[in-house]
Amino acid sequence: MSGNEVVTDVVIIGAGPVGLFAVFELGLVDLKCHVIDILDRPGGQCAELYPEKPIYDIPAFPEISGQGLTDNLMKQIAPFGAEFHFSQMVTQLEKLDDGSFRVTTDADEKFVAKVVVIAAGGGSFQPKRPPVPGIEEYEGKSVFYAVRKMEEFRNQDIVIVGGGDSALDWTLNLEPLSRSLTLVHRRDEFRGHADSVNKMRALVADGKINFVQGQLSHLEGEGGQLSHVHLKTPAGDMSVPATRLLPFFGLTMKLGPVSDWGLELYEGNLIKVDTEKFETSVPGIFAIGDINWYPGKLKLILSGFHEGALMAQAAKRIAHPGEKVIFQYTTSSTKLQKKLGVA
Amino acid sequence: MHIIVTDQNGTVHELEALEGWRVMEVIRDWGLNIKAECGGSCACATCHVFVDPEWEERLNPPTAEEEDMLDTVPDVRTNSRLSCQILMSEDLNGLKVTLADSAAQEEAA
Ligand SMILES: Cc1cc2nc3c(=O)[nH]c(=O)nc-3n(C[C@H](O)[C@H](O)[C@H](O)COP(=O)(O)OP(=O)(O)OC[C@H]3O[C@@H](n4cnc5c(N)ncnc54)[C@H](O)[C@@H]3O)c2cc1C
Ligand code: FES
Repeated sequence: MSGNEVVTDVVIIGAGPVGLFAVFELGLVDLKCHVIDILDRPGGQCAELYPEKPIYDIPAFPEISGQGLTDNLMKQIAPFGAEFHFSQMVTQLEKLDDGSFRVTTDADEKFVAKVVVIAAGGGSFQPKRPPVPGIEEYEGKSVFYAVRKMEEFRNQDIVIVGGGDSALDWTLNLEPLSRSLTLVHRRDEFRGHADSVNKMRALVADGKINFVQGQLSHLEGEGGQLSHVHLKTPAGDMSVPATRLLPFFGLTMKLGPVSDWGLELYEGNLIKVDTEKFETSVPGIFAIGDINWYPGKLKLILSGFHEGALMAQAAKRIAHPGEKVIFQYTTSSTKLQKKLGVA
Repeated sequence: MHIIVTDQNGTVHELEALEGWRVMEVIRDWGLNIKAECGGSCACATCHVFVDPEWEERLNPPTAEEEDMLDTVPDVRTNSRLSCQILMSEDLNGLKVTLADSAAQEEAA
């Protein structure tokens, strides 16, 4: 239907470590990949949940951080020129009559691929929603979990909740165009960068923004348009004018649409695969990394890498039928080295 | 040794616990509704519990790292703790906690 479908060999859903390494293994067998992730950067859990924490069980790396592993993977797969599509969630996966697949995202981008690799880990990362009654009816109208268009915040009474870098950065960025801005946090200590904390405190001292130590209790407004937020504070309850609310409590993984794609599942939230090709119940759709299940499965990065290598052999046969798949080492094959840009 | 855990539905469970285990691991092993997405690395805050007032003072106070993670708990209270940061020992025999909604596996999305 839509004229701007991307046609490619493989679509990889998820840019966690396992999705990233799959680009490498698929690249060695000449398959071109597009990678989609709802996060705004690669690395999945490693980048989002533990960028600074050390990992000790990556072969040949006695110690490497979550972010370090991600950076190294990006460097390693660079020769294959995979294209990344961030900040979008894959919502639909359909089989077409010619045996290929159409993948659609919530940003309405469409891809047609011969092979789909689901490397969706623990599900898509989504913002934690504060347990405030009725907040759903304001979402997307006056309550936002991310700032997409700054203009929507001009001349508004903005309330930002949280104590990390997102809360602080947006406090600093939105203050100049706001009508009023109130930062709400449960304690008078912030885990964001010291520099941002200092800048924020200077704005408070200058009377440009308010800081309230407290928590959201309920919302007031009509038809999705917020007028006030009510806060619980150590000094008692209070209400603050608010036409825009930005809660920043970080992200958590939710399985999301993966369970609607007609694939055979295990315990309702993992995708069943075989251990020869890591193919799902639908031929041509593979699942690797934390999202899959087979007897003996371990949710380790190491295991996900192995799954990617075997998957790539099977994907090659589907995408380029009739072409011989020759087993080669990167150390000795000039063909492979050419692909890697080192020969 | 045991702990007493009230789940999100208000049901009270008395769970056998082992020395050196994290309270999160005890709760997860007995199959109660706890997400514990990061497996106990103090990186996700989805093992959030409310500690019974009579026990609050008897626990080691939260580290700066735990306080930082508690910032990402939307339903935080003064007696909030991350259960992966509480290690079981004889002193905690009989510890009473309540599982927070934000620790549930699939929160109402
Ligand atoms: C604190 C912590 C410490 C860990 N330590 C270790 C360790 O020491 N060793 C080890 O081997 N493992 C460790 N792990 C586990 C390891 O991080 C995971 O096994 C690994 O991240 C799995 O990689 P993945 O690529 O399968 O999935 P993930 O890293 O979960 O990435 C999946 C990606 O897919 C995206 N996604 C999902 N669904 C969609 C969709 N519909 N549309 C768009 N995007 C989507 C998600 O946003 C996510 O970015 C640790 C995990 C944590 C949390
Ligand atoms: S299990 Fe993640 S913080 Fe406790």
